[in-house]
Amino acid sequence: MKYICLGYYDPNAFTSVPEATREAMMDNCFAYDDQLRANGHYHAGEGLQPADTAMTLRYTNGRVVVTDGPFVETKEQLGGIIILEARDLNHAVELISKHPGTKIGPWEVRPVADMSEIVRQSQARRRQVDHPRS
Amino acid sequence: MSEPSTAEFRVRVDAVFRTESGRILATLIRLLGSFDLAGDAMHDAFSAALQRWPAEGFPANPRAWLISAARFKAIDAIRRRTRFDASQGHIADALYNTEPVPSANDDELPDDRLKLIFTCCHPALASDVCAALTLREVCGLTTEEIARAFLTTPPTIAQRIVRAKAKIRDERIPYEVPSGAELRERIAAVLAVVYLLFNEGYTASSGPSLTRGELSIEAIRLDRVLLELMPEPEVIGLLALMLLHESRRPARVSAEGELVLLEQQDRSRWNHAFIREGIALVERALSTRRFGPYTLQAAIAAVHTEALTPEATDWRQICALYAALLAMQPSPVVELNRAVAVAMHEGPAAGLGLIDALFARGELRDYHLAHSARADLLRRLGRREEARVAYEQARALAKSDAEIRYLKKRLHELG
Repeated sequence: MKYICLGYYDPNAFTSVPEATREAMMDNCFAYDDQLRANGHYHAGEGLQPADTAMTLRYTNGRVVVTDGPFVETKEQLGGIIILEARDLNHAVELISKHPGTKIGPWEVRPVADMSEIVRQSQARRRQVDHPRS
Repeated sequence: MSEPSTAEFRVRVDAVFRTESGRILATLIRLLGSFDLAGDAMHDAFSAALQRWPAEGFPANPRAWLISAARFKAIDAIRRRTRFDASQGHIADALYNTEPVPSANDDELPDDRLKLIFTCCHPALASDVCAALTLREVCGLTTEEIARAFLTTPPTIAQRIVRAKAKIRDERIPYEVPSGAELRERIAAVLAVVYLLFNEGYTASSGPSLTRGELSIEAIRLDRVLLELMPEPEVIGLLALMLLHESRRPARVSAEGELVLLEQQDRSRWNHAFIREGIALVERALSTRRFGPYTLQAAIAAVHTEALTPEATDWRQICALYAALLAMQPSPVVELNRAVAVAMHEGPAAGLGLIDALFARGELRDYHLAHSARADLLRRLGRREEARVAYEQARALAKSDAEIRYLKKRLHELG
């Protein structure tokens, strides 16, 4: 089962720690990621650039309005995501609880939704529209 | 002959996981002294198996291979952690030097599972926590499956399990089977959790019935493990009780999903293999003369199942068994059951007197089954208006859909 783990951090707090400490924290995080990878738990993962690099798209009054900046402005930002392969929710929680990134900020662990049935139904509906008589 | 594909290996490894993970985990918890370390190490070992078995071939003793691999994975993990916490270095060294896993000899392994059951059912943990922990750590169910069975959300169960493990770690609850007087005290807690699991799967007729039935089967399987290791009379008695109840499952719910009472059940649909085994176990437990309440309840269930028709039920014997149970374990619910049996043996008026006496003492006034039993007796005595009031009270207190439907049907029949 796949779990998406969202790691948050406070950029102001993070940049205010001494560089050597920050580097050590990163090293620990990447070392643990390697460990997850070696054990087949790390399905995918990416770090995010700061929130001020974000664009937000919103459908308003019949058109898509594009604004600069993040969807929500908060002190804690999404810093990175990991897609974990774990046996169940407790297993995913155990794996993330040892991630050195938990010392940087909070994490949210959520199971991925199984969309296969919804996608299948949608495909059937779309086929119906393309070939109404068949 | 073609090489088995990776997919075939996956199927075989999955099969090993299903059948062996409970025992492997129990052994690792004993070796490593930590749930989390053991859980991680086991999963790492299964990952290693998936990578290495296709090349190296399926080992002769997969469990021994996995335990050994997990032990080395754990040593690696602890050594890696030493980078952050130097105090753990000696643990890895100690572990590296400990007695390796007993290889092919299985004798010690079931014992590890028993230790794990006792840890999961420690009195320091609340009983719903014990049940969730036992299902995950001993029966190998996932958090999501347990949540479905208990009709709650996965995060709720996950939280219970996380807290329980923290408590076991912080209070240093040992992985061991207690001895002497403590054993007797603790067996009761273990059996109570097993019976709780069984009832979760048996009484609730709401929710996805399939998953809940599996809980009852798990409880029976767990008691079989206990029995293998500890043939105590009450372990036998509880297994008999669960088998005899489980034997009626096919007849308990009608095709329309309605609850069918014992006297209306189609007895040919009962599981007669379970009945035979249950009755033999009751006799075995009774013959020890050290039996307790589970055995007596099983004996009552056995008398019911031995009757070919409801009319052939030996109510005199059931009354006597209830009297013995009441003497051993005084409880208003047992008194209520005895009242129903007395009503069958001596007539509804005698049973009604006992229920009214319970109510007069302030007992069971909020218990729908007490009102429903009282209503049945009033109906049989021809006191229709009083019966209606009692059925209404029962309906107001009942929680399960099937029970509410049953009570509505009874009210409708009163006309």
